[in-house]
Formats: sequence, structure tokens, C-alpha cells
Amino acid sequence: MSEPERDDHSGVETTGHEWDGIRELDNPLPRWWLWVFYGSIVVAVVYWILMPAWPGLKGYTPGVLRQSDRADVAEQLQALQVQRGRGETMLATASLQQIEADPDLQAHALSVGQSVFGDNCATCHGAGGGGARGYPNLRDDVWLWGGSLEEIEHTLRVGVRSAHPETRTSQMPAFGRDGMLNAAQVSDLTEYVVRLSGRPADAAAVGRAQQLYADNCAACHTPTGVGDRLLGAPDLTDREWLYGSDRNSIRGQIHNGRNGVMPTWEGRFSPGVIKALAVYVHVNAGGGEASGAAAAAP
Amino acid sequence: MPSIATPDADTPSDVVALFLFLGVAAVLALFATGLTDDAAFRFHGYILMAASVLALSAMTIGVAHGRFRSDPKRYEDGVIRAGVIATMFWGVIGMTVGVFIAAQLSWPDIFYFPEHGWLNFGRLRPLHTSGVIFAFGGNALICTSFWVVQRTCKARLAGGIWPWFVFWGYQLFIVLAATGYVSGITQSREYAEPEWYVDIWLTIVWVAYLFVFLGTIWKRKEPHIYVANWFYLAFIVTVALLHLVNNAAVPVGLLEARSYSAFGGVQDALVQWWYGHNAVGFFLTAGFLAMMYYFVPKRVERPVYSYRLSIVHFWSLIFIYIWAGPHHLHYTALPQWAQTLGMTFSIMLWMPSWGGMINGLMTLSGAWDKLRTDPVVRMMVVAIAFYGMSTFEGPLMSIRTVNALSHYTDWTIGHVHSGALGWVGFISFGAIYCMVPWLWKKDRLYSNALVEWHFWIATTGIVLYITAMWVSGIMEGLMWREYTPDGFLANSFIETVSAKHIQNVIRTVGGLMFLSGTLIMSYNLWRTIRMPSARSSANVPATTIEPQLLPAE
Repeated sequence: MSEPERDDHSGVETTGHEWDGIRELDNPLPRWWLWVFYGSIVVAVVYWILMPAWPGLKGYTPGVLRQSDRADVAEQLQALQVQRGRGETMLATASLQQIEADPDLQAHALSVGQSVFGDNCATCHGAGGGGARGYPNLRDDVWLWGGSLEEIEHTLRVGVRSAHPETRTSQMPAFGRDGMLNAAQVSDLTEYVVRLSGRPADAAAVGRAQQLYADNCAACHTPTGVGDRLLGAPDLTDREWLYGSDRNSIRGQIHNGRNGVMPTWEGRFSPGVIKALAVYVHVNAGGGEASGAAAAAP
Repeated sequence: MPSIATPDADTPSDVVALFLFLGVAAVLALFATGLTDDAAFRFHGYILMAASVLALSAMTIGVAHGRFRSDPKRYEDGVIRAGVIATMFWGVIGMTVGVFIAAQLSWPDIFYFPEHGWLNFGRLRPLHTSGVIFAFGGNALICTSFWVVQRTCKARLAGGIWPWFVFWGYQLFIVLAATGYVSGITQSREYAEPEWYVDIWLTIVWVAYLFVFLGTIWKRKEPHIYVANWFYLAFIVTVALLHLVNNAAVPVGLLEARSYSAFGGVQDALVQWWYGHNAVGFFLTAGFLAMMYYFVPKRVERPVYSYRLSIVHFWSLIFIYIWAGPHHLHYTALPQWAQTLGMTFSIMLWMPSWGGMINGLMTLSGAWDKLRTDPVVRMMVVAIAFYGMSTFEGPLMSIRTVNALSHYTDWTIGHVHSGALGWVGFISFGAIYCMVPWLWKKDRLYSNALVEWHFWIATTGIVLYITAMWVSGIMEGLMWREYTPDGFLANSFIETVSAKHIQNVIRTVGGLMFLSGTLIMSYNLWRTIRMPSARSSANVPATTIEPQLLPAE
């Protein structure tokens, strides 16, 4: 065997091979590298001894600390329930009016309501509750099902067209799609609805639609078009529109009759949290409506 | 007139084999296209049919003109030139899509196209990830591996025309995958989105790649296999294994694009992340380490620092990496013991990963001055530095308590990009800057100043990108876990999103800078290719295979 080849710069032996001009030095493993590697293996072995680690035929090695994520989560949830418990009792025992009137209770309800609204309601109703096409605006004074504290709480509890047995429900028929009215009639009715909201409309079409409205719409939306909250029928005379105010949107809604869904939150949230949400929505809407307003309506 | 009976005129058997294979592919595509009711599947059938017919025509013309005869005395460099062009082409596309979706996250109002569903984030995101990982990174790996294996084995690529099949077959895979994503065909597995029939196509291409690579090593004229080739081989073999297991699925029908995974529930998640993690390990780490092991010593003209370290870190990396996948599923339905193993193996992975960094950096000993004079060397050294940083950050983030904060946040995105932009991007750029003058027989690049510009713009871009993501990741992680004194979440999800708007903007700027660097590089390479060829220069490597010297022993 010939004398080992040495690198001129470092004086280290090479392995004696060369590939396309590349040679390799025969340096040993860096000590620090090796010891940190051993160290990381020791850390791993210690962790295996302490924590759940290796599977066997039955179960796994539980580790001498007997730590368990499942147990930890159960404990943390328990602690959270305790933390929430005091506020929950306060909210659950007070009436909605008391919560809104008492500054401390109101502050608590608003803080809880904001948190719960942000992660559950804002997806549809918007971060500020301003709504979107198909999702009611919660900041104005127009309410489909009533804007009093009790009505809001009820809507939250049972939802709209939800899985709850007592769900609020109403149905706008798809007049055009289901063939109840023809395209010309839908157009005439569109003009009529535009006129109801106080905007200029084609007088001839409005005239033709008089009878159509009386036959098909007045039962829910009332003959004057102000709607009926007991039926969830929107007011057609105001400037607030769930599916858009322009003629195309109105025509589309008469043709297709879309009916949105709001889930039921009963069972998902505690009664106290639902109250807090009701107060939050009520306060956010500028005080909403006083109690009994809906009940006083004919 | 040449007689078909003379042996000289015989069409080589590898060409005949490919001809038959393409014929079968064309017929299958014809049936699939004609019989299916699935519009997207039919569209892909058309693509496969067109590709097969094009290839068959090109081969027919080529054979008629007596082409496709490989000379065992010459290296096969044409397919590498094609690979370099494809790498840069897909790199620009993949990075452009990345900048676009970063802009969508920064300004969702401006970059939202409700009437063009295919332009939405959900469709474009896999286009970006697959575009940069598989199209850019994959082409870089394939073309550099073809260069390295030939030069370090002193042998022409095995398989005659089949390396060209690997190249074009891989491009077809990219086109099928990309058009599938934007038209909504996905099996919803991260980094493995293509559906079953595209997976089968990739399997065929990949097996051909394995045979070409192994065949070249088999007929090598060097007594030993160079370390870069171990890494390339580990990359090819393991990716084949990962691909096959993770894509095990039952198609809804043989004429349908949809399929259902062979696994269910948490097993499915674990298989996916076993795959996902090792795609990082064997595609983005082992493959690019192979690149480093050839191009760094070659460029700085110094020996590799330690042969022993290369052996030990190679085998420890291979053995340990494959276990670390469960760290992607901390605090999920995955049993805790599996999370423990994923975490501890990730910690043990730290030094095996750093072995590559040490070997790369220490190879510069005696040539550190080149950092000042050669921007290509600087680029590769910074790549190794980013490699070291992200392979430290990875084990750190795999620790369960750290992961409780970092998981699902932008920190992960930042981590991935320090590896992807810094390590994978820069080491590939370095390799390509080396190879282009060699492949096109120039004695230098068109402009070193442009390489400097590329280096500084891209490096600044990476730093902006990852620091922005650290800040936004840790911030949103802290915001998610914050509770009010009453025991309710302090921040809604959308508040955490709007809180990181400025970081998202900085990330977009960083990405745009990185893309600009790539465009500068493309221009520089294009001008290099158009320069007059060097007659004979020490800088231009031989294209013919030198007669073998006897081994030293």
C-alpha cells in the first residue's frame, strides 16, 4: 500500500479516492458534535422513562410520571368551568333587564358576549354585527323576529329553521322557480315591492301587481307591506334588505325564495352565556327595542 | 440506401421499449377520454393522449433520421440542459404564485375573484407548494443528480433514451398535477394532492428514474460510490416508498378522478404526516445535501471535510428521520406515546442534520477567501447556514410545549420558508450557477455583478420573510391562548388575522424580493447561454469520458 495522500493546506490525510476532482479528508468526527448527539439520545431516553412512550402488544409504557394529556385536558376543562361558574350563576339568576341595568352585570355580560360572538356569530353576521347579504344586520333597528331582549334571547335559543323542535320558522315560497307565478308577474311584483319601499316604480306594473300582491304576499307581509314578526315576514316598506334592494335582487328573491338558517345555540352555550349574548346584541344595536314591543304589535 | 438488415441501422432496444410504452399510454388515454363521464378526468385524458402522440411523433422522426443512438464514450448532457431550463421555468412560476397568494392573504379584498374560482387561495396554494417543491426542487434534483452521477461514476447515464422519458414524464406529471389543482382535482393530502391516476404516472416515472440512476452507478468506472450518490439514492428510494404508501387509495371508478384513501381516521393522518415529514427529510434534505456534497467541494476546490462524518451523519439521518413524522400531530387524536416518539426522534435528529452543515462549511477551510470573491460560493454557504438554522428550529418546534404555541401559526410557515428559500433555493441556485457555464461550454457566467444582486436581494427577502413570520406566528399563538379573567377567549379568530396584516405585507414584500432575485438569475443565465462558446478552457469540463485509470490500491 502506498503512502497515504495528505492535504497540503490542513496536513490531514485523505481517504485516497478521487471523484471528478473531489477528494475527502479523513478528519475524525468533531468531538462536540458527537457529545451533543449522545446528549440528545440521553434526553430522548430520559423522556421515554418519564412519559408515555413505547407501544407494546397491550397498551404502552405509561412513564414514571404517569402524565396523561387526556387527564390534563379534563382537569383544565374542570378548572375553566369553575372560573366561569361565578359569572354564570350571576347571569343565570338575574333577569335580562337586571343584567342590562346593573353596570357590573352589564360589563360582565358584554365581555362574555363579545368573546362568544366573535368566534360563533361573526362568521355570518360580521365582526361588528353589521351583517352581510343573506345575514341580518344586528346593529340597526330592523328586526325580523323582534329586537327586545326576550325576543333576541329566544332567537338565540331556538334558532331559525334550525334543528331545534321549537325553532322559529317561516317560508318564503319560490314563486318563480316553483311555477306559481310567471316571469311577467314576478317582474310586476318586483315593481310593486320597489314602490312599497317608497321608491319610484313603473305605475302600470304596480297596478297590475295589486291583485297579485293581495293574493300571494299580503298574508305574511300584511296588506300594507310592513311585515309580521310573529311570522318572521320582513317589512317591505323600510330601506333594509336581507337579499339586496335593487330590482334584480328583489326579482331573484321572489323567484327563488331563499330561506336562511340560524343554528340553535341551546345546549351549545349555557343559559347564562345565551343571556350575555342577548344583552351584547341588544346593547350593540343601540339598545334595540324595549321589552313588550313585539307583544304589543297586533 | 441503408438496409434495415445492417446492425448499424437497428433501432436501439431502449427506444423500441419507450415506443411501445408510449403506444400503450396513448391507447389507454384514448379509452379513458372516450368512455369517462367525468369532465376533469377527460381533460386529463386529452393531455396524456396529446403528450403520448407528440412523443411518438418526435420519436418516429428521430428514429427515421438515425437519432437516439447513445455514445457510451460521451456524457448525456442534453437532458441536464433541459432540466436546468425546466428548473428555472417552474421556479419562476411557482414563486410567482407564492407571491400572489401572499398578496391574497395581505389584501383579501383586492385579490379576491369570486367569478374565477380557480384563482382562489385554496386552489392556488397547492399550486405554489407543488410548484416550488416538486416542479422547481424536483427538476433541480433530477438534473443535478444526472450531472453528478455521471461525473462521479465516469459513466454515461444508463437507459439510453429513458433519462429523457424521466425528464418529460416528470414535466407531464407537473402539468397534470397543476391543471388538476386549479380545476379542483385533489385528494386533499398536503404535498400529495394529485389524484390516483397522476400518482400512478409519477410512480412509473420515478421507477424509471431509479433504474437510470442505479444503472449508472452499476456501470461506474470508479471503485467507490461518492457520498453525493448515497444521498441521491436515499432520496429516490425513500420518496418512492413514501409516495406508494401515502397514496394508497381506492378510485371511485377507473374512469373517475376521485378516490378514497386506504386509511381512515387518525391512521390516515399519521400516514399523511409520516409522508409529509419525510418528504421534507428525503426530498428537501437528503436530495439537496447530495447537491451540496458535489457542488461545494467542486466550486471551492477543496476536499470534503470528513469522510467519517459523512458516513455517520448519513446513516443516522436516514435512520432517525423516518420516525419523526408524528410531531406534526401533537395534541391531536394521535396517542400520546406516538407523539412522544415523534418528538424525541426529532430531538435526536438535530446532530445528524448538523453533520451535513459541518461537512459543508468546513469544506471551505483553506478557501474562505472565496466568500469575498465568488458570490456563487457565498450563496451556497448561506444556504448551508439556513440549513443549519432550520434544522435546529425544527427539533425545537417538535418539543410538545413549544409546539403548543407554534402549531398552526405562521411560525411554521416561516420555518418552512427558511428551509425552502434559504436552503433548498440557494443551494439549487448555486448548483445551477455552477452547471450552466459547464453545460453550455462557457468559461464563466455572463455577469458576476448580477449574481451579487441576486444574492443580496434574495437574502434580504428571506430575512424579511422569516422575521415577519416569527413575529406574526408567536403573536397569533399567544393571542389564541389568551383568556379573559372570566374564562372566555380574549380574541376571536378574525382579530388574530387582522392583527398580523402588517407582517403579511412584509412577507409579501420578502417573497417578491426573492422572486426578483430568481428573475435576475434567469436573465443572467439566458445571457450566459447566448455568449459565444469558449474554445477550450480549463473551466469547461470534458463531455467525453476519459479512459479509466487503474485504482490506486
